[in-house]
Amino acid sequence: MTMSRSETATTARLQSETRDTSAVKEARRTMEICNACRYCEGYCPVFPAMERRRAFSLVDLDHLANLCHNCKGCWYACQYAPPHEFGLNLPKTFSQVRSESYARYAWPGGLGVLFERNGLWVFLLTALMMAAVMIGSALLISPEVMTSAHRGEGAFYAVIPHETMVLLGGTAFGWAILAMVIGAARYWRASGASGVRFAHVLQALREAATTKHLGGAGDGCNDVDERFGVGRRHMHLATMWGFLLCFGATSVGTVMHYLLGWDAPYPWFSAPVLLGTVGGVLLTIGTAGLFALKIQADREPADVGRFGMDYALLALLNFSATTGLALLFFRHTSAMGWLLAIHLGFVLALFLSLPYGKFVHGVYRTLALVRDVAEREQET
Amino acid sequence: MAQDAQRFDIVIAGGGNAALCAAISAAERGAKVLVCEAAPKGFRGGNSRHTRNLRMAHDAPTAVLTDSYAEEEYFDDLMRVTAGRTNEHLAKLAIRESKHIADWMAARGVRFQRSLGGTLSLSRTNPFFLGGGKALMNTHYLRAAELGVEVRYDTEIVGLEMKDGFCRGLELRARGFKDYVETRAFIAAAGGFQANLEWLEEAWGPAARNFKIRGTPYAKGGLLKLLLAHGAAQIGEPDQCHAVAIDARAPQFDGGIATRLDCVPFAIVVNKHAQRFYDEGEDFWPKRYAIWGRLVAKQPEQIGFAVLDSRAFELFMPSIFPPEVSDTIEGLADKLSLNPAQLRATVDQFNAACAADEDVAPAVHDGRRTSGLSPDKTNWARPIAQPPYYGYPLRPGITFTYLGVGVDEAARVGMADGRPSGNIWAAGEIMAGNILGQGYLAGIGMTIGSVFGRLAGENAAKSLRN
Repeated sequence: MTMSRSETATTARLQSETRDTSAVKEARRTMEICNACRYCEGYCPVFPAMERRRAFSLVDLDHLANLCHNCKGCWYACQYAPPHEFGLNLPKTFSQVRSESYARYAWPGGLGVLFERNGLWVFLLTALMMAAVMIGSALLISPEVMTSAHRGEGAFYAVIPHETMVLLGGTAFGWAILAMVIGAARYWRASGASGVRFAHVLQALREAATTKHLGGAGDGCNDVDERFGVGRRHMHLATMWGFLLCFGATSVGTVMHYLLGWDAPYPWFSAPVLLGTVGGVLLTIGTAGLFALKIQADREPADVGRFGMDYALLALLNFSATTGLALLFFRHTSAMGWLLAIHLGFVLALFLSLPYGKFVHGVYRTLALVRDVAEREQET
Repeated sequence: MAQDAQRFDIVIAGGGNAALCAAISAAERGAKVLVCEAAPKGFRGGNSRHTRNLRMAHDAPTAVLTDSYAEEEYFDDLMRVTAGRTNEHLAKLAIRESKHIADWMAARGVRFQRSLGGTLSLSRTNPFFLGGGKALMNTHYLRAAELGVEVRYDTEIVGLEMKDGFCRGLELRARGFKDYVETRAFIAAAGGFQANLEWLEEAWGPAARNFKIRGTPYAKGGLLKLLLAHGAAQIGEPDQCHAVAIDARAPQFDGGIATRLDCVPFAIVVNKHAQRFYDEGEDFWPKRYAIWGRLVAKQPEQIGFAVLDSRAFELFMPSIFPPEVSDTIEGLADKLSLNPAQLRATVDQFNAACAADEDVAPAVHDGRRTSGLSPDKTNWARPIAQPPYYGYPLRPGITFTYLGVGVDEAARVGMADGRPSGNIWAAGEIMAGNILGQGYLAGIGMTIGSVFGRLAGENAAKSLRN
């Protein structure tokens, strides 16, 4: 792969970054204490990865922080957590380092600032998208079309023309993918990981797909307090797979439209509707579950200052899923027109915010897992 | 006393592993239990909070232990480290019961793991608690809560109400206020007196002022004093304790495991006059680290300095505090406040006495030794010649004291007149001196606490039926 000159310069800049933030300094102090203790070694891959190092550069800390799944096992087990004078709080510190890393690797670089006060930005973006589709619909579509019932193939496009939908959705999603791919490439190059093979990628994807490391050592995470539970893992799985199924539904729909010339809405027992329905239900439940666990959880090990970012993604995923399901159930009624507009508004806001919000944790965590799998193997 | 005093079947003093093992086993037998933990919740668990494993006999490999560790071998190991200063009967009981302790804990939610990185030498004998001692204690407290055990934090026992040899009531100081509870049985599991610096000074003289306390600051021995004042049999010597050499920059209390230094076998250790005083390469560090606390305690001003070069730096676990570094021995001496010429002379003398300048083999007794020094270094000796040079200051770190109360095989406290007490039991550090007259065997403190904690809880609960 050839790199443009500016991307090469970016990699060099990211690798040589020496202005440590207070979160990075705290992460380094914590890792040096943890590396002399090692009691948490059995909880997750972060600690074995730490033990492979004696010094912790910024890039190392980015890696370890992104490898952390925030299960909080180490917080409850930590003999040096507050009120101990060392005052370690690894889940919180790593969450801060992670968020800073999202900003640093973001593309275009200037938009990294959106990770600060992310909840507010995403809220404003959503409001803007919602207003845009509402005003656009009101201005461009006649009230009769908007509020009458449509049936049969192409019913959605009677309300919002297909080209418009593709242009809006495609542009937003294409932008999101491009931005995340460039961010991922920056992260990967800066990490300087070596010796990675295809088998490592497969293994990392397996671990990501099963959220293996939200499993603790069999008892799960500390979901809300010192008790262990599998609630968060299950809700995360539902959210992740719900999203992927919805994505699959869209992909299959695209294929059916362009290759088979078959227009939406599709019947109940078609692939896109089945995938979308199951995915939508999983997303609705998963995001609601994660939200419920989050508001119950102990505040002390949490990076409360970044909750806005978490809530923003959960809300957008949840609203996209529930409005999508509502659209499915009421597509033959006169409510379809406005439901479609509302759904489109949430989906556009979701797509546009993907590269500048919590969603990117999936990208960087998977890359961290790839690197970790390769390191694990090189060690043995 | 007070008409409206709260009544419990069993009151337990202490909040560590021994106390909670007692609480759980008593509550499982239906007893109404109160646990009085002197520490606030964030510091609950006594020294158990800093532990990571226990030592356990077993006849075959387990999920977390390799090979086997026979009771006889365990007992021989104990006899060796204590030089025979042990109650053989109780020691054999603890070792026999150690076989069941991990299963007992696992059935109550405790998770174990294989020995941690850097502790390979314990992989056969010591199952490790997943997440360490604080995770263990969290599980214990959750189990106790399920069983209806009442736990009061910031609450210590300040008086025993004794009647005809029976403990009938306890005066408490709870969050700064006096309180009183009635009880039918009492279990003392409140640790040693290591955090009581005045008491340590009585035993050690002014040297004790330079000791660090590795664990809980709440083990002040107040209950031990009360029991002895009420006629309990004293066991052990006041200057006997588990003490290791730790980083001199550690906090006064509660530094825990992370403040240990594993560099000694790959370094030379000098005192404040820059003179060596003991064979640093006598044996593997896990087998020797428990003697270095006393060794440093016997040096002037109770301080030592480990000095090593860059070739030795990666042979041991990283330290919590960064080492002092210099490109010259004299520069390092300056940073460690040692006489540069004297340290130079000691290093030169050591280097000249090394047989060869070859890589040491940390995993075996490599026999690379010095000759003609007093004392010689008998393994892992290599000239300190490759800058940068590193130095760590060492202080004695006290883990726990051995002076305690005598108990019988039921964990019942014995009285100075030879009779067993009516209804007082003891478990953990407060009675570990019955088995540990001196020396230490990694993980045996937790074994004693677990075994006698269980016994105390069981027997105290059984006594309620009489």
